[in-house]
Amino acid sequence: MPDILLRPWPWYVAGPLIGLFAPLLLWLGNRMFGVSSNLRHLCSAIAPRGIPYLSYDWRREGGWNLAFVAGIVAGGVLAGLVFRNPAPVAVAESTRAGLAALGIHDLGGLVPRELFTWSSLATVRGWIVIVGGGFLVGFGTAYAGGCTSGHGISGVANLEIPSFIALAGFVAGGLLGTFVLLPLVLGLR
Amino acid sequence: MTAPVETRLDVELDDDDVHELSAEQRRDPSAPGLWIYLLAGTVFGIVLTKGEAISWFRIQEMFRFQGFHMFGIFATALPTAIIGVQLLKRRWRRTLAGEAIVVPPKHLGSGVRYALGGTIFGLGWALTGACPGPLFALLGSGVTTMAVAIASAMLGTWTYGRVRHHLPH
Repeated sequence: MPDILLRPWPWYVAGPLIGLFAPLLLWLGNRMFGVSSNLRHLCSAIAPRGIPYLSYDWRREGGWNLAFVAGIVAGGVLAGLVFRNPAPVAVAESTRAGLAALGIHDLGGLVPRELFTWSSLATVRGWIVIVGGGFLVGFGTAYAGGCTSGHGISGVANLEIPSFIALAGFVAGGLLGTFVLLPLVLGLR
Repeated sequence: MTAPVETRLDVELDDDDVHELSAEQRRDPSAPGLWIYLLAGTVFGIVLTKGEAISWFRIQEMFRFQGFHMFGIFATALPTAIIGVQLLKRRWRRTLAGEAIVVPPKHLGSGVRYALGGTIFGLGWALTGACPGPLFALLGSGVTTMAVAIASAMLGTWTYGRVRHHLPH
């Protein structure tokens, strides 16, 4: 396999490409780029249960976006499995040291293997990171009405005040999670 | 549908919610089919993965302010998105199918939902190292436990739908 297909891309290649998706989806069909609404569409498809927030025509409103998210999975298969970068992610030495202090030593792969295996799900810390973290992502993005793509890229690109507030919230929560919650959780067995 | 009052509240809230749910945006059948979005999503998934934006370690590096990678991504993605969207809205004004570009504004309200919801999401982002896009890209790249994180995120969204009329917006 030629090395160029396996190598990770620098920020100055990935960043502008990510930014292009907001105008691209707007141009393709007046769609606002945002991934988290798919969680809502999936809930609407599976268990609307008479909840007004989930009772709408999800095929019509969200069909395009569900196709987009199916594409994201396919893209992950291509770039993360077929053309997988065999080298560990080259994060800063200080990050490695900080994570080692929290008991995270295996930096191969895209996520810490100690935390994201199926057997880890049976531990308290693994369960909180995967199940608890996932729940917070789903609840928080629904409450805020968008995620990193919907608010962070699309909303900011449209110069929306709500999206700047949401972005400040993302940072506040992220810092709280990194410096308070994660060290607490990783200390649990 | 339950009590009429509750329904009206939810309709109001829907107005300032996900953009594609607004009524003015019904599109005509000449708009591109689903396959184009599948293709766009595939390219997006490749960019997220190859750009390492789905790496738990990169997210930690970012929140610890120890590396430039993720900041470089946002610092180049944002101007690209801003310039592209503003040009499209002000200069070109038409979609591929020739419709007028419509971007319904988000309603500020008290702003609480954005601050509080954003913070709750940020906490989850730090734990899982993934926002919604990366959750799906990681699943594709073989981190199968992300299926559980996605199911849990769906439960989070469902729970929000269930309790939203008790929450400040």
